Amino acid sequence: MNYIEGPEIRDTKAPEGPIEERWEKRKFSAKLVNPANKRKLDVIVVGTGLAGGSAAATLGELGYNVKSFCYQDTPRRAHSIAAQGGINAAKNYRGDGDSIHRLFYDTVKGGDFRARESNVYRLAQVSVNIIDQAVAQGVPFAREYGGLLDTRSFGGAQVSRTFYARGQTGQQLLLGAYQALERQIAAGTVTMHTRHEMLDLIVDDGRARGVIVRDMVTGEIERHLADAVVLATGGYGNVFFLSTNAKGCNTTAIWRAHERGAYFANPCYTQIHPTCIPVSGEYQSKLTLMSESLRNDGRVWVPLAAGDSRAPGDIPEEERDYYLERIYPAFGNLVPRDIASRAAKNVCDEGRGVGPGGLGVYLDFRDAISRLGKDAVEKKYGNLFEMYERITGENPYDVPMRIYPAVHYTMGGLWVDYDLQSTIPGLFVIGEANFSDHGANRLGASALMQGLADGYFVLPTTLGDYLAAGPFGEVSEQAVAEAEIKVRTKIDRLMSVNGTRTPDSFHRELGKLMWDYCGMERTEESLRKALERIPELREEFWNNVKVSGGPEELNQVLEKAGRVADFFDLAELMCLDALVRTESCGGHFRAESQDADGEALRDDASFAHVSAWEHTASGEPVLHKEPLEYEYVKMSQRSYK
Amino acid sequence: MNLVLKIWRQSGPSDSGRMVKYHVKDVSPDMSFLEMLDVLNERLILEGDDPVAFDHDCREGICGMCGMVINGVAHGEQVATTTCQLHMRHFEDGATITIEPWRAAPFPVVKDLVVDRSAFDRIIQAGGFVSVPAGSAPDAHSIPVRKEDADSAFDAATCIGCGACVAACPNGSASLFTAAKITHLSLLPQGQPERLSRAKAMVEQMDAEGFGGCTNTGECTAVCPKGIPLDTIAQMNSDYLKAAK
Repeated sequence: MNYIEGPEIRDTKAPEGPIEERWEKRKFSAKLVNPANKRKLDVIVVGTGLAGGSAAATLGELGYNVKSFCYQDTPRRAHSIAAQGGINAAKNYRGDGDSIHRLFYDTVKGGDFRARESNVYRLAQVSVNIIDQAVAQGVPFAREYGGLLDTRSFGGAQVSRTFYARGQTGQQLLLGAYQALERQIAAGTVTMHTRHEMLDLIVDDGRARGVIVRDMVTGEIERHLADAVVLATGGYGNVFFLSTNAKGCNTTAIWRAHERGAYFANPCYTQIHPTCIPVSGEYQSKLTLMSESLRNDGRVWVPLAAGDSRAPGDIPEEERDYYLERIYPAFGNLVPRDIASRAAKNVCDEGRGVGPGGLGVYLDFRDAISRLGKDAVEKKYGNLFEMYERITGENPYDVPMRIYPAVHYTMGGLWVDYDLQSTIPGLFVIGEANFSDHGANRLGASALMQGLADGYFVLPTTLGDYLAAGPFGEVSEQAVAEAEIKVRTKIDRLMSVNGTRTPDSFHRELGKLMWDYCGMERTEESLRKALERIPELREEFWNNVKVSGGPEELNQVLEKAGRVADFFDLAELMCLDALVRTESCGGHFRAESQDADGEALRDDASFAHVSAWEHTASGEPVLHKEPLEYEYVKMSQRSYK
Repeated sequence: MNLVLKIWRQSGPSDSGRMVKYHVKDVSPDMSFLEMLDVLNERLILEGDDPVAFDHDCREGICGMCGMVINGVAHGEQVATTTCQLHMRHFEDGATITIEPWRAAPFPVVKDLVVDRSAFDRIIQAGGFVSVPAGSAPDAHSIPVRKEDADSAFDAATCIGCGACVAACPNGSASLFTAAKITHLSLLPQGQPERLSRAKAMVEQMDAEGFGGCTNTGECTAVCPKGIPLDTIAQMNSDYLKAAK
C-alpha cells in the first residue's frame, strides 16, 4: 500500500498564551447561541456511551434539538458500562501532592509524549468538575467512614487520584449519564433512536449535515438531517476479533466518516491491557478484563525456570520471579499498561508462561490475603474475583489468577482540533472515537475522564461556537440521495455474494493476522506481510462471504458482514501507519527500535508528530503530519525503574 | 459434550412461534452459553438457515443486553449469573436444554429470543434521575454521605436492566427493577428533593406499561444476576405511599 505525503497541519485552533489560561480563553471567545435559536438547531449524536450519552443530555439541557442514536436496545448498554477500575481526577482530596499540573504531567508522560499539551491540560482541569457532576447525579462512589470520597492508585501514577464505585465505576458513571439523557428524552429535547446503526455521513456543501442509518429491526434505510453531527461511537479494538470490547463495537461510523473526508489519526496506537483472562479455546468470542486496580494488591510473577510445570503453590518463593518488581522497582506492579503487557509477553516468549499454551502469568493475592485478611480483599475485589471464578472455574482466593494481555482500547481515532471538530466542518468526534488526549498510551482510569470531559464540558461549548453561524438551511437532495444509494449498494453487494464462509470466520482470520503481525510487537517484516495478506483476505471476503436472510428484517449476519468489511479497510491503514512509524512509542512497539534493556525507544527527531491520514478516491492515502511541541513537559525517555 | 437444544423460533411479532430442536456436537465445557449458540449459528448460516437471533453485547455480565430463559429459569440455574457468563461446564453431556425468550406482555418478542424492553427506559424517563444540569454541581465533598448509605445505594444501583426479574415473576411485575432505582436515589442526599415525586411517577409509569403487581413471591431477586435485594421493593412502596397521601 503506497501513500503520499501532504501538507502539515499547523493550526489546531488551541489558543495561545499560558497553558492554564487556554481553556478559559477559548470558552470566552466561543460564540454563544441565544436560547430562542437553540430550538431551531438540530444536532445528531451517534453513540450513547459516556461521551455520547453525556453530550446528548447536556446539549438537550442547553435547549438544542437533539437526535441520539445507538445500535443497542437502550442507551444504557454502551460499552463504557464495562469499565471497572475508576476515573481519575485532580481533586487532591488526599493531600498527597496531586494537582492539575501533575495529572497533566502524568498523562503526557504516560502517553509517551505523543499527545497535545493543550488538550491534556484542559482534560486535567475539567477532571475535577466531572466528579462534582457525577456525585450530584447520585453516582454512588466508594466512600470512607467519615462520609468523604475514597480514592485508590492506578498504573502510571504515584498519587491516589482514582475515584471508584467498587469494580463497576463505568457502569455507575454511564447510568448517571443515561439517566440525564432519559430526563431530556422525557423533556422532549432529545429524540432517541435505539437499534439504529449509522452507515454513512451526509456531507453537503462541505459541511456534515446528517447521517444515513439502518433500522436494525425492520431493515429500513433512513435519512436524518441536522446542523451538526457528533460521533461518539467508541474505539475499533474489535479489528483484532478478540478484545475486551463488546461484541457490537465496530469502526463503521468513524470509518465511513473517514471515507467522506475526516482524517484518521494514529490508527496504529492500540492499547494492549496487561490483565485479562487468557484465551481458553478456539471458539473464544471475546476476552474479559480483570481491572488494573488488582495490581494494587496482586503481585505478578512467573516461575524462574522455563518449563516449570509445578502447581503455583508448589513453587517456593526463591524460585519465583516477580519480574515487574524486579525490573521496575520504583513502580513495581503499577507500571503503565504498555510496559506491563510487553513484560508479560517477554517472560512468556522465554518459555516461562503459565497455563494452557504457556500464554499467561500469575497475579497472586496470597500476600495481600495474609497481610489484609480475606475479608478486606473480598471487600475491595470481591466482584472481580467472582467474575474470574465464573469464567475460569478457579478460585483466586486459593490459586493465583492467570492473566495475559489483550486488546483493550484504541488511542487512535478521527483527527480533531482543540474544539473536537474533525476535518469536516460540522462533524465533531468525542470520546474514544477521537484521537486527542492519550498520545501513544492511555493511563488507567483516564478513558472515563476523557469521555465525560468531552461530553459534559468541552463539546457543549465548542459546538455552540460552530452552531452560532447556523441554521445552515436546506440540505441538497443530491447529497442525501448519493449517501443513501452508497449504503444500499453496499448492502446489496453483501447480500448477493452468497459464498461459503460466514462473516465471523473472516473476522476471526483478520483478527489473528492483526494480532500476529500488528499486535504487541511489530516489525517491518510482519507489517509488510500483513499489508500483503489483508487485501487478499478482503478479496476473498467480497467473493466468498455468506449472508443469510434478507436485508429488510432483523439480520444480525448482515450487520456483522458490514462491520467486517470496514475492519478490512481500517486494518490496512493501521498496518501502514505502524509501518511508517519506525520508532517505538507507548503501545506501538517496533522491535527494531528498542534500547539495550529492551524498552521502547522513541525517535523524537523524526516522529514527534500526529499522523493524520486522509482518504482519497484512488485508495492511496495522504499523510498529514501535525507537529507536537512540548513547552511545559520536557520530553524525556520514560522511565518507571 | 453433545447437547440437544430446544429453541423458541419466532420470525417476528406477528408469527405465533414454536420450539425447534437442534443437535450440537463437540461443545467444550469451557465455552460460554452464548459461544455455544455462536457455534450453532455458524452452522445454520452455512446450511442456509436463519440463525437464532439473540441479544448480547459486552459478554461480561454488565451491559444487561443478553437474557434467555434456560430450562425454565431466567439466565439459567447458576446463581447471580447473566446468560453470557454462564458456562457449559454446568451442563451434563447429552442433556436437553430448552431456551426461550423473556415472556411478559410489556416485553413483546421482536424475533426469536430478542424482546423489546423499551418499557424500562420509559420508567426511568418518568423520574429515575436527579435533575442536575451539567456544570451546576457543588464540590463533591460539600455533602458527606454515610458510608453505609453509599454502600446500600450502590447495591441497588448495580441493576443492569436485563429484565430477568420480569421474566421470572409470575405476575410479570417490574417492581424489582423500579424499586432498585428508587432505592438507589432515595438513600442518597442528592436524591431527596425529588424523592416522593420520583417514586410516584415511576410506579405509575410501571403500571401504565402493563407490568403486574408485586405479591412478594421473590422469584425476581432469586434470578437477579446482581442480587438486588427484595427489601428495595419495601422502600419503593414506602416512598410511593408517602407520595400518594
